[in-house]
Amino acid sequence: MSTAVVSDTWYMTQRQFMAFLRQPAYLIITLIQPVIWLFLFGALFRRVVEIPGFGSGSYLDYLVPGVIVMSAVSSNMWAGMGTLEEIERGTLNRFLITPVRRSALMNANVVMQAMTTAFQSVIIVLLGWIGGAHYPGGAAGLIVLIVASSVLGTIFGAFSNALGMLVRERESIIGINTFLLLPLTFLSSAFMATTLMPHWMQVVARFNPVNWALEAGRSAMSAHADWWSVLSHGGWLVLLSAAAVWLSMRTFRSYQKSV
Amino acid sequence: MNTETRTTPLGVVPDQGVPDATDAAVHAVDLVKTYHPKGRGKAQPEGVRALDGLSISVEPGSVFGLLGPNGAGKSTTVKILTTLAAADSGSATVAGYDVAREPDKVRRAIGVVAQRSGADPVATGRDNLLLQGRLYGMRGPQLTRRVDELLARFDLADAAGRQVKTYSGGMLRRLDVAIGLVHRPQVLFLDEPTTGLDPEARTAMWEEIERLAGAEGLTILLTTHYLEEADKLAARLAIVDRGRVVVQGTPDELKGELRGDALAVELAGPAADELRVIGALGSVEGVRDITLAGRRVAARADDGAAAVPAVLAALDRIDLGVAAVTVSRPSLDDVYLRYAGRSFSSAESTPEGAHR
Ligand SMILES: Nc1ncnc2c1ncn2[C@@H]1O[C@H](COP(=O)(O)OP(=O)(O)O)[C@@H](O)[C@H]1O
Ligand SMILES: [Mg+2]
Repeated sequence: MSTAVVSDTWYMTQRQFMAFLRQPAYLIITLIQPVIWLFLFGALFRRVVEIPGFGSGSYLDYLVPGVIVMSAVSSNMWAGMGTLEEIERGTLNRFLITPVRRSALMNANVVMQAMTTAFQSVIIVLLGWIGGAHYPGGAAGLIVLIVASSVLGTIFGAFSNALGMLVRERESIIGINTFLLLPLTFLSSAFMATTLMPHWMQVVARFNPVNWALEAGRSAMSAHADWWSVLSHGGWLVLLSAAAVWLSMRTFRSYQKSV
Repeated sequence: MNTETRTTPLGVVPDQGVPDATDAAVHAVDLVKTYHPKGRGKAQPEGVRALDGLSISVEPGSVFGLLGPNGAGKSTTVKILTTLAAADSGSATVAGYDVAREPDKVRRAIGVVAQRSGADPVATGRDNLLLQGRLYGMRGPQLTRRVDELLARFDLADAAGRQVKTYSGGMLRRLDVAIGLVHRPQVLFLDEPTTGLDPEARTAMWEEIERLAGAEGLTILLTTHYLEEADKLAARLAIVDRGRVVVQGTPDELKGELRGDALAVELAGPAADELRVIGALGSVEGVRDITLAGRRVAARADDGAAAVPAVLAALDRIDLGVAAVTVSRPSLDDVYLRYAGRSFSSAESTPEGAHR
């Protein structure tokens, strides 16, 4: 990467970051939503740990990674709305007329998604800790969880951007997101141990990227970390995120042809 | 410089001031662009032909107007010349660089104010300008000085720290122009810079455009669908209709092409015999194209003012009283009607024109 790409990426990311800070409503929602989920799901499912075979002592311990990953999905799957707005407003075209490196525009999206997701994840870790959650895997485990959720966030952010540039309608993004969020979350170990799921669900969960992030995170966070599981699930996540970013670059080029 | 005259099917348009490809600031030849809008709405398998062989040439340091109704292809032309979109065929150079082969050099030489503001509404006016400068590689005190200078000049210094979404329409448009100027471009593209502005803001923008073109020697390509705006600002203009240039020249040349002033006579009473009126006026030297509708007589005269006494005398001879006479110079509206074959206002309301 040339220095121009790096500096362009830096300035474009900075712009998005300032926009994020300047819209306090947005910031507050990103922080309040996980609190509500922690509280609601924590109260609702508190006693599932008593089911034989669940394998965790406290439901809060179990829930924190679930809420982190669910939040990563739900906040990034709206990225396409922002891109759509930039297209409609003409901001994207304005940048495309400048000498800014094309890749920097996409890089900025990826960096921004990863950063906000990491930030959100850290907040949830802290909230969980305040609420009494234990993290037996220590710092290493938490870092793996946060990195995995950030990679998952870029996957959903990139797909959402691709979708926004491709279909150019808000309705499609809203429809697909509403349709996907709950099944993706419940077909993973977010709230319920996969071993207690019906068999077909366990099979589906194995192919669910949301579950990959959870498996990687949980494996690293347990007292006896399973690094093989971290590596394999993490590897799939990274591969998928490369594919998603590649796809969003492709749709970006096809957008440029339609201007 | 090419000084020969060009014969169009409709008459002779003196082509003075059309620069050669080499020294033109903007030179476009036979641009063609077809859009294939996806799905939704009426399917058009053959696509929408936005540009159909458009050619223009702009002399450095002048204001060139692209005048045409909505949907004529003005924005598409600007998008191609500013490297945002690629033409299907044809070629163009801007500031001496080929838009398709050397887009990066073109980008550094131009400033653009698009039809839709590209300013980031959440960022402040100052941040928008700073970012723009950075994307062109400007840094440090040199950049902040330039930004302060532009903020002061466009009367935005007080609003510089406010989010752009709080700006009025006129302020936003001024910011757009400032954004286009940060890196001191040689060629400035203004795509309908005054559309949607109130009269006061429009006048202010006109003054600003005159200032940029005058003292600062910028080349400006301005698109507009206001006839008076093109008339006032453009040294030369091209009238665009359905993706091609139907005529170009200076506003005076184009109006002069129509040879003659418009003469309107309001009769004191209805004329009993239409043919007698036409006959009487037709006998006056230099008066032609006479039409009569009720009590209103319209005609063209080589020299309107000189023809008035003779016209009054001719009508007096057939015992017709006259309530009022007006003489007006031809307007660009007349030019448009003549070359595009329809009036400007009717072109604006055709289905394809209703697009935006
Ligand atoms: N991105 C686009 N996709 C599809 N059709 C377009 C697009 N941009 C312009 N057009 C069509 O091309 C024609 C010319 O449009 P435009 O250049 O915007 O005209 P103007 O700027 O003179 O109003 C119109 O019929 C318009 O609908
Ligand atoms: Mg337009």
